[in-house]
Amino acid sequence: MIKKYAVLLLLGAFALMLLPFVTEVTPFEELSPVAQKYVKDGPDELGSANLVSSVIVTYRGLDTLGEVAVLFIAAAGVGFMLRRKGDVKKSLRREASGILRSGTVFLFPLVLLYGIYIFLHGHLTPGGGFQGGVVIASGIVLLLLADVSAKINGTVLQWIESLSGAVYVALGVLGIVLAAGFLDNRILPAGEFGRLLSAGAIPLIYSLIGLKVGAELVGIIDSMQKDEL
Amino acid sequence: MTLITILGFILIVIGIWGMLSQSNIIKIIIGFSIVDTGIHLVMVSIGYLKDRTAPILDEAVGKAEALARVVDPVPSALVLTAIVIGLAVTALMLAYAVKLHEMKGSLDIHDLKELKW
Repeated sequence: MIKKYAVLLLLGAFALMLLPFVTEVTPFEELSPVAQKYVKDGPDELGSANLVSSVIVTYRGLDTLGEVAVLFIAAAGVGFMLRRKGDVKKSLRREASGILRSGTVFLFPLVLLYGIYIFLHGHLTPGGGFQGGVVIASGIVLLLLADVSAKINGTVLQWIESLSGAVYVALGVLGIVLAAGFLDNRILPAGEFGRLLSAGAIPLIYSLIGLKVGAELVGIIDSMQKDEL
Repeated sequence: MTLITILGFILIVIGIWGMLSQSNIIKIIIGFSIVDTGIHLVMVSIGYLKDRTAPILDEAVGKAEALARVVDPVPSALVLTAIVIGLAVTALMLAYAVKLHEMKGSLDIHDLKELKW
């Protein structure tokens, strides 16, 4: 009982703490100075039509590298926690229905293609490596749902993941040598603004991130579904 | 502040209530996810400027008028990364929950006494 009141008291105090944000802060009318610089100079400097992508991949590229590292550590943690000793228990799931199976045959290539489209066009349209990777992983989930005996080849996944991660860092280092700094996208020609082959290394880096995120999420899904209780 | 910000704060408070008052570990994880969503909403709404559009340049929003017509791209970029991190952390927590259930046969937080004093 006393715990319940303590929780309510704590929540009340927390809400009171948030109250000034609601009552006293007025919405911004103008972009912040940093954002102004990104919006004003970004398109000409980096050639990316999607300004969020230019912030993620180039201006704050180091943060994104760190984020990919966090994702990798989390995926490794899940794999470590859910690893099976000895042979895997036989799956208790029953066969998928005919609708799901034939639907998957039709949808899986489309989902995969859509994921690739999203990360290749990350510098032009809303989207990018993370979203594309998640879409690809969702396609794999569909495949695993439809086919109970499907197995993911862990070696291939590991190779995709480590190769794309290594090339990502190598491209970043190449930026120090050929352009202004780490993860600078101007190591490749900027191209014509708004075309697929433009914005320097942004499509390349986003494709690598997409492959890496997709492989990591598929790894997480795989270790979770292997561990049926 | 905008309505979205207030809704985000409400979600944060609801999520913290869930984390503090529920004893099922799965429900605590759901509470964490709700806090996560609330924080994303607050961050996006702080970067939003009234009557402006997404920071993506095309025929409709040219380079010249971009400064006056797009919202702040930095919070959007931050939230994009935060969503992916939230997903990974949630997956890790669920893996912990699976492991705990394997060891204790229970998901009730009161059955886990090792860290109590």
